[in-house]
Amino acid sequence: MEIIVNGKKIQLPGPISVGPLLALEQVRMPEMVSVELNGRILRREEFDRTILGTGDQVEFLYFMGGGA
Amino acid sequence: MIRIPRPLLNEIISQAKESAPLEACGLIAGTTGLAKMVIPMSNLDQSPQHFMMDPKEQFAAAKTIRKNGYQLLAIYHSHPSSPARPSAEDVRLALTPDVAHVIISLVQPSTPEVRAFKIEDGVIEEEELEIVDEQ
Repeated sequence: MEIIVNGKKIQLPGPISVGPLLALEQVRMPEMVSVELNGRILRREEFDRTILGTGDQVEFLYFMGGGA
Repeated sequence: MIRIPRPLLNEIISQAKESAPLEACGLIAGTTGLAKMVIPMSNLDQSPQHFMMDPKEQFAAAKTIRKNGYQLLAIYHSHPSSPARPSAEDVRLALTPDVAHVIISLVQPSTPEVRAFKIEDGVIEEEELEIVDEQ
């Protein structure tokens, strides 16, 4: 199964949800990332119940913030 | 090392001054360490001491950067009234790997100080920032 993650095609052995995908992508703090699936930002509670399918486009990125 | 053409640096400084006393923030993208574009971002916190980017804008920016064939080189933000060095919160929220953190200090508004840092696993290391003047 092929999906696109941050613009790059990746092959997966089978269906997978967003949570395990983040682990596969070596995201160390999944609670600190935003995830977009096919143009829609997912709520955090959707991460583990959203199963990805062939051709899905996933974007993830870390929160960007700071302070003086 | 990160190299920033002076016009792009001036854009960042102008944004910081216009946003003051609130913090300004944005992204610097380019290739092989040379900045090619600056993407100003909204500061959701609207605070003089904090910034947080809008994820919707972040996703749009990531696609713009990719479409141009660039990479994200740096995250920048201003310190309206404190020096150009990472705060404890900057370190805590330095989550994106392999990017520089550019800080613009407006402590001396007529001569803003701009410095770049790598922050990995809580360790701060200053990175050389070269201002590229047009030939």
